[in-house]
Amino acid sequence: MYRLRITTTFKVFATLGVVVLAIAAAELVYGPVSLSLWRVAGALLGWGDPESTAIVTQIRAPRALLGLVVGTALALSGCALQGVLRNPLADPGLIGVTGGASVGAAATIVLGDTFAMGLPKDIRPYLLPISAFLGSSLVTGLIFRLSRRSNTTSVATLILAGVAINSIAGAAIGVMVYISDDQQLRDLTFWTMGSLASANWTMVMVTLAVVVIATTVLTRMGRALDLFQIGERAAFHSGLNVEQTKRNIALLSAVAVGGATAAAGPIGFIGLVAPHMARLIVGPTHGLVLPASALLGMGLLLGADLAVRNIVPPAEPPIGLATSLIGGPFFLWLLITRLKGRGLLA
Amino acid sequence: MLEVCDLTIRFGHKTPAVNNVSIAVRPGEVVSLCGPNGAGKSTLLSVLAGDLPPQEGRAFLDGRHLHDYSPEELSKRRAVLEQSPILAAAFTVEQLAGLSIAIEASPSTFRDVVTDSLKAVGLHHRAGDRADLLSGGQQHQAHLSRALSQLSSTGIEQGKYLLLDEPTARLDLAHQITAMKVVCRAAEQSVGVLMVLHDLNLAAAFSDRVILMHEGQLVAEGSADTVFTEDRLSEIYQAPIQVDRSPSGTLRVSPIFFADSGKPRRIK
Repeated sequence: MYRLRITTTFKVFATLGVVVLAIAAAELVYGPVSLSLWRVAGALLGWGDPESTAIVTQIRAPRALLGLVVGTALALSGCALQGVLRNPLADPGLIGVTGGASVGAAATIVLGDTFAMGLPKDIRPYLLPISAFLGSSLVTGLIFRLSRRSNTTSVATLILAGVAINSIAGAAIGVMVYISDDQQLRDLTFWTMGSLASANWTMVMVTLAVVVIATTVLTRMGRALDLFQIGERAAFHSGLNVEQTKRNIALLSAVAVGGATAAAGPIGFIGLVAPHMARLIVGPTHGLVLPASALLGMGLLLGADLAVRNIVPPAEPPIGLATSLIGGPFFLWLLITRLKGRGLLA
Repeated sequence: MLEVCDLTIRFGHKTPAVNNVSIAVRPGEVVSLCGPNGAGKSTLLSVLAGDLPPQEGRAFLDGRHLHDYSPEELSKRRAVLEQSPILAAAFTVEQLAGLSIAIEASPSTFRDVVTDSLKAVGLHHRAGDRADLLSGGQQHQAHLSRALSQLSSTGIEQGKYLLLDEPTARLDLAHQITAMKVVCRAAEQSVGVLMVLHDLNLAAAFSDRVILMHEGQLVAEGSADTVFTEDRLSEIYQAPIQVDRSPSGTLRVSPIFFADSGKPRRIK
């Protein structure tokens, strides 16, 4: 029985891993210029022709890597927030964390030139991720504070606060749009639709550094998230330092979402859908749900990117459209089928 | 010993929920905390569980301030079953029963402890079922086995405490007896048990000592025979209560439903 369980788990993760690798390989192969797998391998290993090397190493590889990183960040944050709040609706977008990051990033795009003139050139690429992170952590701190009532976190208040913050963020971004010039407006519009198109190595490395730290710690939170499922008091009775863990998870999610949003814009539904799919596949234990969510987040985001890049080449619809088009119907299906029977637990 | 001294807890500016109460639970002892709704029993239990810091007075576990213990240290010394435990994930009964076991327990200890505790509450045959789909009473039993597993996996032999807030409230008669037997077996293994009980008959039958509270204050403490007197109970519950002995000799506390005529009255 025990051995069977391990091998089943191993098979599930091996399959997920292979699927993600296959999508990543397809991301390198397919595009406006189709390359053979052989030419991609050549480009990656340093013996390819100049054209394929340029396409793969300068455009597609950073883009694929960014997709992996952003997908992981969104899925793990969603999973951790759903776990800690015991609410299947918690998603960095829904509770306003993505909105906060968006305001930070939009402010940098529109006001950055005015206020950051004096900054050294080396620091400027970091300005957008830092302000997006500041935006997301500000919102995370605010909503957790708002929803704390007599030592417990009220989930209803949290989600209502998220709704309010999202509308404030929408208004703030509207103000940015209003005062921006033509170029900024164009940057802003494309950025708010979400895209991996602007991936370059500097951006990938900055995002990778920010996100890897956050997600490595988040994947170790399995037991803590399991304990949150029996309520905060029972989690404390079972030996968990509840407030500290909650703060850590909020901070790490804010870091991960801030980094991901800064690089790829606000991308919805990955944080909501990936953990649900993961629970359907590997069961409720967070030790398995977290890594499965990460793999599914990578697969979903790269899959969406692959779809938008290849549907009407060389034009590129924004990835946010694809994730919402996939995620929206999936979420409706989830609501209809799960709520009919046993609720949204599994 | 788990104890509070001169404890007072206030919520807002109202009259204190717990007013200048001192109690202690010793290892191997079963103590029941009884009294009407709003008497302050659950609040007192929360302080002993470490949830609430004492506003006035002190709380100790084996001579050390309760709030000097880390959550992890405390979890090895005391387990708590809340009045309405919740479960927001599709764990199996087995996973739920093992959830509160400390992370350093070895896999074999883990399995043994979970099996034993599920057997104790009579849920071992449901080990693989989803816990959230069990009946309310069975879910409560599964949480009780989680608390038992937590205590018996720690490797500490002495000075462990089990705090139960109305452990029988959702159980049928047979399962009430099962739960009480679990409590007695824990006490035999020198676990000190403090439980909030509304069922005074169970309290009388299974406790070494009962504590009666009313409006935040400790009214009486001692053996059920001395604490549960007709006058005292009738006064604090504001209802006529009869205390006698059953044919088997145990103390029997029964409310007098129809004080006027002595006969059941049907509402028309």
